[in-house]
Amino acid sequence: MKKFKLILNTILILFISITKSFSLVEVDITRGNLNPLPIAVSPLFQDNKSNKFFEKELEIEDIGSEISKVIENNLKQSGLFNPLSKDAFLQKPDIAHLKPRFEDWILIKSQALITGKVSAVNEKLKVEFRLWDVLAGREMLALAFTTVPSNWRRVGHIITDKVYERLTGEKGYFDTRIIYVSEEGPKTQRIKKLAIMDQDGFNTKYLTLGNELVLTPRFNPTNQMVTYLSYFRNLPRVYLLDIETGIQEVVGDFPGMTFAPRFSPDGKKIIMSFAKDGNSDIYTMDIENRIVEKITNHPSIDTSPSYSPDGKFITFNSDRSGYQQIYVMKSDGSNVKRISFGKGLYGTPVWSPRGDLIAFTKLHKGKFYIGVMRVDGKGERLLTENYYQEAPSWAPNGRVLIFYRETKSNDKGEGFSAKLWSIDLTGYNERMVVTETDASDPSWSSLLSN
Amino acid sequence: MNLSKILKNTFLIILLSMVVSACATKKTATIDSQIQGDVYTGTDTVEYLAKGVPDRVFFATNESILTTMSRDTLRKQAAWLRDNPSVNVVLEGHADERGTREYNLALGERRANAAKDYLMTYGVAADRISVISYGKERPVDSGSNPLSWSKNRRSVTVKAN
Repeated sequence: MKKFKLILNTILILFISITKSFSLVEVDITRGNLNPLPIAVSPLFQDNKSNKFFEKELEIEDIGSEISKVIENNLKQSGLFNPLSKDAFLQKPDIAHLKPRFEDWILIKSQALITGKVSAVNEKLKVEFRLWDVLAGREMLALAFTTVPSNWRRVGHIITDKVYERLTGEKGYFDTRIIYVSEEGPKTQRIKKLAIMDQDGFNTKYLTLGNELVLTPRFNPTNQMVTYLSYFRNLPRVYLLDIETGIQEVVGDFPGMTFAPRFSPDGKKIIMSFAKDGNSDIYTMDIENRIVEKITNHPSIDTSPSYSPDGKFITFNSDRSGYQQIYVMKSDGSNVKRISFGKGLYGTPVWSPRGDLIAFTKLHKGKFYIGVMRVDGKGERLLTENYYQEAPSWAPNGRVLIFYRETKSNDKGEGFSAKLWSIDLTGYNERMVVTETDASDPSWSSLLSN
Repeated sequence: MNLSKILKNTFLIILLSMVVSACATKKTATIDSQIQGDVYTGTDTVEYLAKGVPDRVFFATNESILTTMSRDTLRKQAAWLRDNPSVNVVLEGHADERGTREYNLALGERRANAAKDYLMTYGVAADRISVISYGKERPVDSGSNPLSWSKNRRSVTVKAN
């Protein structure tokens, strides 16, 4: 468990220079991007001495090239960039990093260029990189990081975040992780474990052994804590897990089932459902002093609560109208208003980290949709339709959603699978997120470094 | 196209549609006999607490209302539990796979409690009955079709000791 202790504070961000300039290359992310920006990611250069050191330390032959692949893959997956084939590159990495010959890069139709240098400094990994506007012939960004060598993939993610932010004007979402439920075995005896991985599917770790059923893990937006539902000793209760120490504790130990947990935006409370005598209501618990507050009080099912990012409102799922619909209320439980009025049933509302939208699952005529609506319920937009999918979770910049999708099985239960998928808020760039096993209930962390 | 060819094609279509309709009739008949008003009425998955005492009741989609047949089953369970006062039970509530996970957890709990309330009405003490919801996590039938789903929408009475 200590292995994935974050080495956040060892990452030293050395600011070299940011050239702020006018009319440089930029990417519009508010619409579906059908013309991704052609970008060249030059392999990061390294000298022979450093090369030997990292080869020994990490058993990776060319760390500079591997980091550039991490960046390239991130940019490609975002759907906003088109990383060009390295075969076409004319300039050597070391020379390009000093001063690119822009004509060479224009020739291969690249509009932006990333160059960099990797070196071993006091047994640490030092990475410098630069982002160039090829057409304007100017440097846009230059940064350097020093960290422990084993953190090399994170360096690739941080560089991608910086590039994404510089070119789109919005924070990135690459130096993040996904916690999810790993699934194995037949449908009738599914084995479920908590699993965590980097946003790009690497560094998967399993946090539970599969001895008990676990569901719906969610990140604390302010740190690396997780809340989830566990059937430990056959008592479905909300738990808290510190993924740095591996310590788990029950927090929703009420006389009945507690489920559907999420953190408040300040990370200090857990909001969840408590079911007793056939009725589910929404409660909060202060993690520090364990004070419990009852938020809803209605004989219907009230579940799937999610706070607005300012903490002033809560959206939740209730069948008080007769069927599952989405509601919004003040965080003290007053002023309850139904906001979903479209055809079909609505569930799993999640407030966007930007505050302006609520993502949801919709069931209509035997099909499941992931969609978004404004917080007043207007402007419903369905992003994707499928046989079964649910439980969207927002990327920290509010531009991408991750959710899970199940396939139909035949009468013998064959053909069933559960996988993670992501889609842009624009409805474009739908992609399967590759996991080692079947997967469900994804939750996206906030940025690990800021 | 000459006449004989047209005739041949028509004949083929008629023959085909006969085959299709024959299949359809047969299939509907078997499902009808096992589902009434969206509630499973068959015995495929049913086990018994004792001779003549079925262990489970079934529900319509999104519902937790007990049907006449369910109430009959629960009265048999209550009678048996009254005769066997040392036995405690767990009521396991379940949902089918066509709903969001969290809502289904609540729905399973509501279904198991509907059964619990009925057992209590027929003289089984509340402290002999505990309730757990599995939502859609533990289907008995892994198919993705209306019959499979109807078998999975259930509350099962399980001996706890």
